[in-house]
Parts: sequence; structure tokens; C-alpha cells
Amino acid sequence: MRMKTSDEDLALAASGGDADAFATLLARHYDRVFRLAFRLTGRAERAEDLTQDICAALPVKIAGFRAQAKFTTWLYRVVVNAAEDVRRRHASHDRAAAGWGDVERLRRAEAAETTEAMDWLHHAMRSLPDELQDTLALTLDEEMTHADAADILGISEGTVSWRMSEIRKRLRAMRQEELAQ
Amino acid sequence: MTNEFDDLKALMDAATPAPDARRRAENLELAQENFARAQGSRAGMRPTVKRGLIARLTEGAKSMLNTLSHRGVLTATTAIAAVALVMIVPQTRDYVVDPTTWTESRVALPKPETSKTDDEADMSADLLGESIEESIAETPLVTETKPALAPSPRQQKLSAAVPEVQNGQTAGIGSSALYESADAADLRSLPGLVPDQNTEAYANADTNSLKVTADEPVSTFSIDVDTASYSIVRSSLMNGHMPPKDAVRVEEMVNYFPYTYPAPDDGAPFRSTITVSPTPWNDGTQLVHIGIQGALPEIEDRPPLNLVFLIDTSGSMQDANKLPLLKQSFRLLLSELRPEDQVSIVTYAGSAGQVLEPTAASDRTKILNALEQLEAGGSTAGQAGLQQAYQVAEGMAEEGDVTRVILATDGDFNVGLSDPDALKDFIADKRDSGTFLSVLGFGRGNLDDATMQALAQNGNGQAAYVDTLNEARKVLVDQLTGALFPIANDVKIQVEFNPAQIAEYRLIGYETRALRREDFSNDKVDAGDIGAGHSVTAVYEVTPVGSDAIRNTPLRYASDPKPEGSDEIGFFKLRYKTPGASESQLIEQPILPGQAPADDDVRFSYAIAGFGQLLRGGPYLGDWSYDDAIALANTAKGEDPFGYRIEAVTLMRLAEALSR
Repeated sequence: MRMKTSDEDLALAASGGDADAFATLLARHYDRVFRLAFRLTGRAERAEDLTQDICAALPVKIAGFRAQAKFTTWLYRVVVNAAEDVRRRHASHDRAAAGWGDVERLRRAEAAETTEAMDWLHHAMRSLPDELQDTLALTLDEEMTHADAADILGISEGTVSWRMSEIRKRLRAMRQEELAQ
Repeated sequence: MTNEFDDLKALMDAATPAPDARRRAENLELAQENFARAQGSRAGMRPTVKRGLIARLTEGAKSMLNTLSHRGVLTATTAIAAVALVMIVPQTRDYVVDPTTWTESRVALPKPETSKTDDEADMSADLLGESIEESIAETPLVTETKPALAPSPRQQKLSAAVPEVQNGQTAGIGSSALYESADAADLRSLPGLVPDQNTEAYANADTNSLKVTADEPVSTFSIDVDTASYSIVRSSLMNGHMPPKDAVRVEEMVNYFPYTYPAPDDGAPFRSTITVSPTPWNDGTQLVHIGIQGALPEIEDRPPLNLVFLIDTSGSMQDANKLPLLKQSFRLLLSELRPEDQVSIVTYAGSAGQVLEPTAASDRTKILNALEQLEAGGSTAGQAGLQQAYQVAEGMAEEGDVTRVILATDGDFNVGLSDPDALKDFIADKRDSGTFLSVLGFGRGNLDDATMQALAQNGNGQAAYVDTLNEARKVLVDQLTGALFPIANDVKIQVEFNPAQIAEYRLIGYETRALRREDFSNDKVDAGDIGAGHSVTAVYEVTPVGSDAIRNTPLRYASDPKPEGSDEIGFFKLRYKTPGASESQLIEQPILPGQAPADDDVRFSYAIAGFGQLLRGGPYLGDWSYDDAIALANTAKGEDPFGYRIEAVTLMRLAEALSR
């Protein structure tokens, strides 16, 4: 027997006050939340902090879940908004300190295990504007369709697809630049 | 074809670390604790969905499935979908996800304990073991077609309808059922994470009750020149709902309006004018109207000002009626300052920081630039900001200057306010050393009126609520001199009624300002301040002996007070300190029947006092209605150069319509 309660039913139960449902739901999605947090921030400790903030805030937010969206859509929107907020908070004094920005500096510091490939990843992420970073971070989740990402970001599917092609274009341009050097 | 992209994807997968198991356990526990707290008494509720042990055991593993599932296949499908979508779906309009939703919730987040207990360690181990077992048990789920319980058709329909509605979404009430705005509303719940839609907190007390003169002839209170309550009432009514009863402080509504009471002469800081006239809402009683007019010293001679703006830049300040309005307001204020005045800006959000070092007001560009660069984001650490603001203020103060911290906030004052009493003491302490505090409230939703009141009262300042640019002009421009230059501190009023003339009395408003009788003469007890040119109004409703309107029947065994010689209704006493003095001075004056005619100012203040009491509800107005208040106010508008009074009539009309 493989009965599995859907996310939405669990979330509705949690919004109604069921602690078990909430615990189950969060445990089910914790790792995905963390990985998305990492892709959004580019640093493990940032991702850990962000995930912690989300865990702390979710109990209140879940009360507002009305099953008008898929639970994961709802949840990821929370994550993206939280990351956005962190970014904004840093933005005023040190733009470079936010997200993927300072990873390179950090990496340089511990040069020993820095691989060229990793540098490339950080460089690539950093070269993308915030909204493209977010879109990419979401769509790199295997279970995420463009429709889901669109829903989470509050944009149309067309925009997501356009952004993805833009990302590819930029990455290609970057690679060609490297080859030219 | 798109090698770079695949490279990036592969690298990203490789770079993505596994979540730290210990922190995972801690975070899950933190969430659980917060959940329990958020639920409060609702903890025991069960969901309608039936879930057994198996179900519970199998959850928590979906995330593990992601790593076990066939990555390549899924990536391929995503890519195909992407290509297809470009062709099929036309680009539609973007809309902005409300970015403030998140920050508002952060304020209340308690930080988890960092120390790790044995229990936590166990839990972490359990969770780890559990997820591995489960993932194995659940692997076949990948092929499962449907979850046991699909969302009902209604839900699916709703979810389909959502994007459209969101595009047109404003902050309207109608859309509050949608998840975006529902989120925003839920996040407003600040203290204690109570899932409440609105966390505004108001300072108020029970309406003053009718006192029997024979039992309690003396009434003592501190004056109050705050006006926040009126603005809050206005903002509620303008938004189409009745204000919360506790938000209505009648004396603040009355004191919102400028009155031209007779000005003091021969160097006295103020003059009191007492009027006794019939009560509009009760034929059997009279109103004793006490109008106090502060002197307006020569503005040219005013001492230099040192202003420290302490600005809340938490995420919740983002709304148009908060930070943007605040910037506009301060721009107005700036034009009122003089070259020798100094301005500094300190923000608080997450971490407190000085954004603008003390700068001469003549350097407008520098100040405006600093103001312009303020951005909302982060949580609110009120206390740290306050401490820094005071530090800056003390650095600016020179002999003879007037130094004031102006705190602008939407009420997020929670992080760091571990002990409200300590904070009040801190402010009171600084007040005694010469730095005062004024509080400006912005926006609605989590306005912490109670804290605002408490802080301003302890800081010898005004608490005003700014809901429109007009109000900003009133508070920061028209009445700047009064707000910033106190002419008398610790102003207390005591009225003793003559039981031979007055059977019963009640003070209208001033519920939060009541003082003990003995505190009147105690100079150590703090009270309100009067600024340059301020006027303060207090109104008593008194029932003469022998009136039909007496509510308390005489006691059988009490000695019957005989009407004696004096026809004084009562005796008015006022104590104040000149700024910087530690000993108070006394002003005394008998209250005589029929003193002075009721002019427009007095009658208008009655209309507002009546309006306030209607909003608060209470037994004393009988069937006097909003219509009566409107009629009275309309006959007493006087000159009304700023249009404040005509606005009040509009509000009365709104309240009349909304109350039906």
C-alpha cells in the first residue's frame, strides 16, 4: 500500500493547525529548499541561514496557505522572496557581498581546492543579472517546469523561456570570449 | 548545442552541498516550535485527511527521491518543454511579486538556540536514518500516477484563476482571499507570531467614568498634545472602515485642531481660559471647557536645532505611504530649517547605522541625497538604532541648542525591544539629560500605537501619525516650532469640584493620562509638555446639584452637602516647569458658572469631543448622533485657514454612513 498524502492536503492541514502535517511537509521539502537556497545565494552558509529563516517563518506563513497554488509553488515563492530580501538588505551598502557576488573573492582566498571549473561557475552566475539568476536557480531543479518557475516568479511562461534562452546566449558569449583569450 | 548550459548545470549539481544534518535537525525543530507557538490553543486540531502511521513514515523522503531519480531524463523533458513554450506562449504582462511580504515576517523570528542538546543530536540522527529508510521504501512512487487525494475541482479552478486576478490586484479588500495578499496580511502578525491579520496595538484605557463629587472631588491628569489618534481615525475612515474603538483617544482628536484661545501676555508661558456652557448632548449637564494657549516666542530668536532622524528602513516600510511619504515629509521639514541647524540621519533595520553624519541644514543637497538613498529592507532593531541616534544627538548638542531625536517608523519595533520598561527608562533618562524624542508613525497594518505613545511620552515628545503629505505638512511645517521647542514641561492639571454646586462630573478623554491626586504636587512625576504656540483643550462634563441628569442617587447615610456661600463650580490648578527647571510653578483660577461665552473654537471642540465619544461608544451621549455632531461642527467652523475643520466634518459624514 503506497498511500501518500499530497503536499496540498498536508499544507491545508498544517494551515489548520496540524503540527504533524507541518512537520511531515517540511521534512519532505527541506532538502529541496536548501538546494534552491544554495543556487540562489551561491554559498553553503548563506543557504543554511536562509533555510533557517524560512523554517522559522514558515509556521506563520503556512496559515495563509489556501491551496490556490501547488504547495511547492507557494513554498518556492517564499524561498525566492526571502533570497531577494537578503539581497536587497545587502544591496544598500555592499552589492558585491550579496549572493553569488563575493564567492569568487572567497574562493581565491582558499585557492588550494579551487578548480578552474568552479571559478567558471561562479563567474557565470555572477555575470547574470539577479532576475536571470533567480530564473536559472529555479529551473535547475529537475522537477521544476517553466510553468512552475513562471508561477513562482510571478511572470509568464513566455518570460521564463525567454530568460532561459537569454541565459544560454550569455553563457555562450562568455565561453566564446574565454576561447578568444 | 548548448554545452555551456549543460556544463553549468553539471557544475551546479556538483557544487551544491548537502544540507548540514545538524542544522537541518535544528531548523526543523525550530520550525516545529514556532508552529506550536503560532497555533497557540489550536494545537490539538486534526486535519480532515486521514493519515496513518505508514503515511507519516513515508513522508519526508521526496527530497531524497530527487537525487535518486533519473536526472538526465527529467532535464531532457524540461529542455523540450522550454523549446516548445517559446513558440506557443506569447509573452504576457509581468507583474511584481510583492517583495515586502517576506521582510515583515522576519521581524518576529526568534533565533534558535545555538547550543546543541542531546535531544537535538538524537533527532538529527533519527531524521537522517528515517529519510534513508523512507527513500528506499518510497522509490516506486516515481511511477505513481496520482497522490492519494487530489485537490478538489474547486481548488483547481481557483488556482487557475489566480494569475489573472493577481495582475489586477491592488491592496484591496476584495482580493485578500488570494494567496499573495493573504501572505502579506498573515505576515503582519508580529509579536509572538500569532496568526492574526492585524497587529496594530493601541494605547488606551476604559472611558473615564462618572465621578460623584462628594466622594471624589479632585480630578488630576497630565496634558496631552499628541495628535496621532485623530490621524489614525481619519486613515481608517478614509479606507472605508470604522476605526478600532481603542484607537480613539478623544483628547488627541480635540487637540488635533489649532484653536485661537486668548494668548498669554506679560511673559507668562501660557494662559488658561475656562468656559462653562450647556452640553450639546445632554440638557441636564454643562461642559467645563479648559483651553490653554502656549505663548509663541519670537521665532527669529529660536535656538539652533539639532535633529537626528531615526528612520525605520525595515522591509515593511516599503509601501508608498511609508518610506516614500517619509522622504517627502522630511523634504518639507528641511525647508523650514535654518543654516545653523544640524541634521543627522540614523537608520535601523537589521543593523543600525548612521547614514548621514551631522550636517548643517544649509547643505541641502547632501541631506537630500542621503534621504533619497534610503531603501527599505531587513528587520527592525529598534533599540540599537535608538541608542545610536542618541549617541549622535549627544555629540551634536551644544550649550543652548535644542536637541531632538525624531523617530519615524511603521511600528515594527520588536527586535531588540526585549524589555519595554528598560527602553522607556533609557528614553526618560536621556530626556532628563536634555535630548528629547518625537515619534512619527507611518502606514497601517502593524502600527504599534501603544509603543509609539509610550516612547514619545517618556521622551517629552509628540507622537503624530502621518498618513498623507498634508498631515506631514501640518506636523512638520505648520507646527514645527511647537513640536520642537517646548515652552513648558511636565504640565499637570488638577480640578477640584465644589460638591455644593456639582453633583457629578467626568473628564472627557485623557484616559491614558490620569495621574494620582498626590502626584500633582510631586515634581518628580513626569507629565506632558507644551510646545511653542500649542494649545491644549480639556473638557469636563459636569452635572449641577439638583439636575435631572444626575445618575447616582444620593446615599441614605451620607451627610447631605448643603449649598453654601460660594457659587464656584470648582477650582482649577495647573503646574508646569519652565524648560530645564526642576521646580514647578503653580497657576490657580476658580471656575465660575457661565464664564466666557462659548465661541466657535469651544463649540467646535465640543463637536469633536462628541464625535470621538460616538466612535468610542459609551453611555453618556444618549441619542446624540453623528448628524448632531455634523450640525454642530458646521456652525463652528470659524475661519479654518488650513481646512482641518471641514475635513473633520467629512470624516463625521463617513463615520455616519459606515456606522449604519
